[in-house]
Amino acid sequence: MVNYIWVGMLLIGFLFAIVNGTINEVNAALFKAAADAVTICFGLMSVLVFWLGLMKIAEDSGLLDKLAKLFLPIVTRLFPDIPREHPAIGYIMSNMIANTFGLGNAATPLGIKAMEQLKELNHGKNEASRSMITFLAINTSCITLVPTTVIAIRMKHGAVDPTDIVLPTIIATVISMIGGILIDRYFYYRRKRDGRG
Amino acid sequence: MQIFSVISAWILPIIIGGILLYGTFKKVSTYESFVEGGKEGITISFSIIPYLVGMLVAISVFRASGAMDAFVGLFKPIFSLFGVPSEIAPLAIIRPISGNAALGLTSDLMATFGADSLIGRLASTIQGSTDTTFYVLTVYFGAVGIKKMGDALKVGLLADLVGLIAAVTVVILIFGY
Repeated sequence: MVNYIWVGMLLIGFLFAIVNGTINEVNAALFKAAADAVTICFGLMSVLVFWLGLMKIAEDSGLLDKLAKLFLPIVTRLFPDIPREHPAIGYIMSNMIANTFGLGNAATPLGIKAMEQLKELNHGKNEASRSMITFLAINTSCITLVPTTVIAIRMKHGAVDPTDIVLPTIIATVISMIGGILIDRYFYYRRKRDGRG
Repeated sequence: MQIFSVISAWILPIIIGGILLYGTFKKVSTYESFVEGGKEGITISFSIIPYLVGMLVAISVFRASGAMDAFVGLFKPIFSLFGVPSEIAPLAIIRPISGNAALGLTSDLMATFGADSLIGRLASTIQGSTDTTFYVLTVYFGAVGIKKMGDALKVGLLADLVGLIAAVTVVILIFGY
């Protein structure tokens, strides 16, 4: 599906460029986006090096295992395919905690590390496993307690109480997380019924 | 209000300090572990480059050509049908595709309609309660070399839809119409 979306966006874009006469904008945007992507990756590198270094200390000291044990009952229910005691659990949990507190730049390295572990569990195959899809569903719909960026924008635009959207955001994310988990389950059972995993 | 900014300012030092203290207490060679773990970050960030270049170029061509505006326009009547201000349609559609564009739109909506207006609060809550699913998928799968995404994109986008409906409903219930 991702192949069709990717090609579709580009081809439809070129088609609109012809119709709207925006071909110059499109040409400029094309290479600017490529340059931006590389810049983002280099920006990510600093964050990745820092957090993966720190998490290695957490792993070596056994802190990550402690965290994993604490949340084991929840994780084994959400991810029945991950064996107990597997290091993936610690990374999944720390990623969820980072997301909950709005620590976006810590969440990404932790999530990538969790993905790495899940790929190992899936014998290094280059396709998404059941646990990976569940992890991404939870990750993108995760509960947010402190939407830091939004609070900052509201402050800038002179909101009387910039944090008055915190409660609605918490309620909405609780609902979206439950929704995400249910949708993931639905697709899993559909794949299973069709004999695809 | 202040509590939140104090919490978010101190949460990082507390987490970092806690990990370092615990590591020292458990006699881990902390600096060596840090360097060893950090090395991995270099290879990972390089391996993400082609995935992100591919995705961002496509999104950017789609936006610059005007196709995105036309696409968003298709959804405006659906928003009006449910009594939701159609001004937030662009944000709702772009949020899962491009994080930067969504942030810009949220800021624009607040500048135009006011941070404490219904639209301002809707934009804030939508921005805070949904994620840039395309980016997360590209980066996470790219970093570990997953090429077949399976149902991941469908599941992620549907979860975003649930988040969007929840955000709009909750804001209207709490702040009134």
